[in-house]
Amino acid sequence: MDTVKQFDLARLRVRDLNQYLHHELPGSGIERVEILNPDGNHSIAVGLDCDVAVDILGHAGYFIAGMNKLAAVTVHGNVGWSVAENIMSGSVRVKGHASESAGASGHGGLVVIEGDASSRCGISMKGCDIVVGGSVGHFSAFMAQAGTLVVCGDAGPNLGDSLYEATIYVRGRIHSLGADAREEEMQSADLERVSGLLAASGIDCDSREFKRVASARSLYHWNAEAHQEY
Amino acid sequence: MTKPIHREESASLDRRAMRYIREAAECGLYEIRGMGAKRAVPSFDDLVFLTASASRYPLEGYREKCISRTVLGTRYAKKPVVLEIPITIAGMSFGSLSANVKEALGRAATEVGTSTTTGDGGMTPEERQSSKTLVYQCLPSRYGFNPDDLRKADAIEMVIGQGAKPGGGGMLLGQKVSPRVAKMRTLPEGIDQRSACRHPDWTGPDDLKIKLEELREITDWQVPIYVKLGATRVREDVKLAVKAGADVVVIDGMQGGTAATQQVFIENTGIPTLAALPLAMEALEDMNVVGEVQLIISGGIRTGADVAKALALGADAVSIGQGVLVALGCNHDSYFENGRDVDATQDYAKLGTAPGFCHHCHTGQCPVGITTQDSILERRLTPEVGARRLKNYLQVLNMELTTLARACGKSNVHHLEREDLVALTVEAAAMARVPLAGTSWIPGKL
Repeated sequence: MDTVKQFDLARLRVRDLNQYLHHELPGSGIERVEILNPDGNHSIAVGLDCDVAVDILGHAGYFIAGMNKLAAVTVHGNVGWSVAENIMSGSVRVKGHASESAGASGHGGLVVIEGDASSRCGISMKGCDIVVGGSVGHFSAFMAQAGTLVVCGDAGPNLGDSLYEATIYVRGRIHSLGADAREEEMQSADLERVSGLLAASGIDCDSREFKRVASARSLYHWNAEAHQEY
Repeated sequence: MTKPIHREESASLDRRAMRYIREAAECGLYEIRGMGAKRAVPSFDDLVFLTASASRYPLEGYREKCISRTVLGTRYAKKPVVLEIPITIAGMSFGSLSANVKEALGRAATEVGTSTTTGDGGMTPEERQSSKTLVYQCLPSRYGFNPDDLRKADAIEMVIGQGAKPGGGGMLLGQKVSPRVAKMRTLPEGIDQRSACRHPDWTGPDDLKIKLEELREITDWQVPIYVKLGATRVREDVKLAVKAGADVVVIDGMQGGTAATQQVFIENTGIPTLAALPLAMEALEDMNVVGEVQLIISGGIRTGADVAKALALGADAVSIGQGVLVALGCNHDSYFENGRDVDATQDYAKLGTAPGFCHHCHTGQCPVGITTQDSILERRLTPEVGARRLKNYLQVLNMELTTLARACGKSNVHHLEREDLVALTVEAAAMARVPLAGTSWIPGKL
């Protein structure tokens, strides 16, 4: 039995593809789906919920692999905004560059951007891991709550603004830190964590070259003594 | 001879303003509170119905049927939301409310055939199980937002703004960030949670269109998508929401409530619900989508008369938050526990307030067990008691609505129309675009 299925978006609609991925694919024995001619279409392979490899063969638009569970999605090109937004598990790999908000509010799983990611990469992330081979733009990991952002290149202005418990590792230059973010000393656990994520991402860097950024936790509480009478 | 004591109070720097300045000087922190605007603004109270007489024929109030069935989300969804009454329960989070209350909302809504809505904290199993029709909110924070719950929803509500704080993010103070709330929101326990005011994965209306399509793709175009807006630039915002593909637009006026936000927001942002509704209708008319895109109005709806007036001005349904909480017992002087009424006035006093004046939802110390995560306080309102009270309230609202509709000669509450209304004040006439009572004058209309 053939375990690879091809979908040509020059002939079929994104809706047809997603319906297939949601309803016909699970349990069908297909292990790999190739998507031809993505041509910048949005919402390709969103809401997946099964263990399958999906290869998008070309550049794609916004919200690629949004809310992914279990699936391993690879984009052989660049992507627009919000790739792998709200990812729950599985993995999403972009062989090229990603526009804004890559991995936004991701709860779990691994997002790999082999090129650069634009601003707000990892914004509001809630437990996923993101590895960027290149650099990230401003306000990356803004209000990030949990998980790890590894940046092999440089980080733009206001990195980690209003961070909660997510951790950021940057190999290159940090343009500036955002409110409540601070640089901290790398510990052995950090080195292990970065090495592990780099290995999982297939990106060759030395974890000893990274800096750690985490929350200073000074924004966690308001003045509790404030008088609240109307 | 003693000198007379002068007591000429300044109109601009009155005692209230001075108290505000002193407290600001003392605390160095702005005031945070719950509930909605306390200032008087033109409202549905300023309108009255011209019920039937010789020129209009009424329906028999106790015998003739008056339909209140309401269908929302007919534009794109394969499964529109079908409700028995046009009165829905607004989004209020688990976290701001106790789990008991969320369950009570679901039970009551199910009994009367309407919907309830999640809130900024995700969907709890209790509310999903108890709610026949549940609207799942997609908020900027995305706390607890996940595809499994998304697929369990009967509708999705993309929240862009809220009437109490348009342009502001959510807030949940540490007292309410319990272990369960913290886990659902992926936050450290006990922190003062301040959530984002902008969505993480889209910004402008062009992005919103693509975002809505993504949510439709994930849910296979099955369920309707609402877009909720705080009432500010209503005409423009409604048009953008329609253009972005909303099935239903929800407009929340400035009287809308919150569990916690800055007082400066509550009293000084947005426009009254009465002013917002006609603007939203005009936007739908301009876009030629009346009947295709449904409109829900919220913010200060309390009575069946409010509902009737909202429908007469063009809304397809209303949404209620604070009224629902009051029905459950909010601001009541006692709570019901172990088969008896227990006086709660001392607990109000500990918060520095009294029944009827409380807006201390943000403290988590709700004397009647509604806006709390405290395991002892939340026992003060069981799902059974809460559901019974709320069901009664919703039932009364619908009875009042159909009573007024029949008196206007309508066999369907959705047949109420602007022509059935006049205004008692010039301001209300101008905002609602209905004549001032006793005249044919609509201020601002040529």
